[in-house]
Amino acid sequence: MPKPQDLKLDHIANLARLDLTEEEKARFATQLGDVLAYVAQLNEVDISGVEPTAHAFPVVNVWEADVPEPGLSVEDALRNAPARRGSMFVVPRVVE
Amino acid sequence: MSEDLCFSTISELSRLMDSGALSAAELMGAVISRTKQVDGRIRAFNSFDETDALAQARASDERRARARAAGGDARSRPLEGIPVGFKDVISVAGQPLTASSRMLAGFVSPYDATVTRRLKDAGAICWGRLNLDEFAMGSSTENSAFGVTSNPWDLERVPGGSSGGSAAAVAAGEATAALGSDTGGSIRQPAALCNVVGLKPTYGRVSRYGLIAFASSLDQIGTFARSVGDAALVLGAIAGRDRRDSTSVDVGVPDYAAGAAAHAKSGRRWRLGIAKEYFGEGLDPEVGAAVQAAIDEYRALGCEISEVSLPHTKYAVGTYYIIATAECSSNLARYDGVRYGRRSERTTDAVDIFFKSRAEGFGPEVKRRIILGTYVLSSGYYDAYYLRAQKVRTLIRRDFLEAFARVDAILTPTSPTPAFRKGEKADPLAMYLNDIYTIGVNLAGLPGISIPCGFTRAGLPIGLQVIGQPFKETELLAVAGAYEGRCDWGRRRPKL
Repeated sequence: MPKPQDLKLDHIANLARLDLTEEEKARFATQLGDVLAYVAQLNEVDISGVEPTAHAFPVVNVWEADVPEPGLSVEDALRNAPARRGSMFVVPRVVE
Repeated sequence: MSEDLCFSTISELSRLMDSGALSAAELMGAVISRTKQVDGRIRAFNSFDETDALAQARASDERRARARAAGGDARSRPLEGIPVGFKDVISVAGQPLTASSRMLAGFVSPYDATVTRRLKDAGAICWGRLNLDEFAMGSSTENSAFGVTSNPWDLERVPGGSSGGSAAAVAAGEATAALGSDTGGSIRQPAALCNVVGLKPTYGRVSRYGLIAFASSLDQIGTFARSVGDAALVLGAIAGRDRRDSTSVDVGVPDYAAGAAAHAKSGRRWRLGIAKEYFGEGLDPEVGAAVQAAIDEYRALGCEISEVSLPHTKYAVGTYYIIATAECSSNLARYDGVRYGRRSERTTDAVDIFFKSRAEGFGPEVKRRIILGTYVLSSGYYDAYYLRAQKVRTLIRRDFLEAFARVDAILTPTSPTPAFRKGEKADPLAMYLNDIYTIGVNLAGLPGISIPCGFTRAGLPIGLQVIGQPFKETELLAVAGAYEGRCDWGRRRPKL
């Protein structure tokens, strides 16, 4: 099992697309270090030959007929947009 | 009279409305005045729309009048005219939906959740948006971005969480019932701390379409109510397969209230299991004594009490905080500041928008969990953390299924302690350990219910958890109802 100090906050925050302040990094390093030290007890468990559980009641192959039906109107879909123009979401420029 | 209405059960209110002695508008009016009177101190609500609630109530009265005029049953719908509050993670079209997060301040639901539509079809009044720990992450409702909810039994203490607003609203007479969501105990634990009934159905029993996702292999919508019978009525209204949620299971929805009543009438002697792992270190002595007294009541009812073993219980919290955070880091990736939710104004390019909007929109506990979840899924750590946790989850689930070969249900305390003081658990790990008795149920996908089972000397409520077999909510409700029939702690009212 990895060690709590393996948690590199800059790298993980980048993967999570989340800016953290220096103060947050310091605090999270301590707090998550404690949590990771606690979860290390899972190493005691003999898991050889045990299948992982992703869902308690796996439901597979749920089929639906591919039939178009009315969905949200453009107006409803845009109602919560932070910025819009006409029937579009506006975002900062992507291409120079 | 007006206050009595606010503390009546659904069946009592339905009888009054059926007889014509009470209208839905009068009931809604009483609940609105009660809320205005006490919510300044409780702060269960993020918002409520008085005009809309009264309009729904008048429409309910008109439906009843039309049914009566047509010579039919005045009560054609099971929840006709009943005010039901919503944890602020469940969509009601046209109403705010915030998850108690700055990220979603100002968001208005464009559509109804399936549970919302089903409650409306059952005649219920959609009433008020109830506070929670931000994105349902927490056990005290202190993580809300909009304020801390108080426990109606002691305003200095937390109501539990994450559905603390739902529990407090029902406990304080501000709603007849309320919906919540339960990922690791978020319905049962606050129910226990606030002296109300809290039901978490089997994973897959209730559609989650329109619920803000936290951890999708664990999340389940359930209900808070004033009695076990009321919880059965609400469950009957919201349960069932939904083509919009492919994890909802196609198992028939029985008449839960009638089924539980039939068991009660037959005097069925339940086989009940007690797991020693749920009575160990960390259990408050007064909570332990109240739960033991409840077990004695079951014995007096003729139930067969036996010991069962759930040996992997001690790993449940660790397993949960790997799986739940992993799933949350994925689910919350959608909050990117582009199509809805908070967008930082300090951002200039299209990538920076993600980093800054998320930094501004999320509170500390959500950020911690996103970081932890991203880490346990990241390259080089996936097998050691996430995959291992999923395998331990298999063992935790297996423990329960083996126990259920011998017993119909398992009795445990809901929470190791009664309500704690605000600010008392500043350390995240201490807060996580508070969920030790509820988390296993989510990992195993089982139904569980918390029912009031007494008070501490200081007057704080204590909850008994009954854990049932998958999709056997009728039996679960019957077991819970058998105790409630002898010891009706839930009828006590907090002094406010």
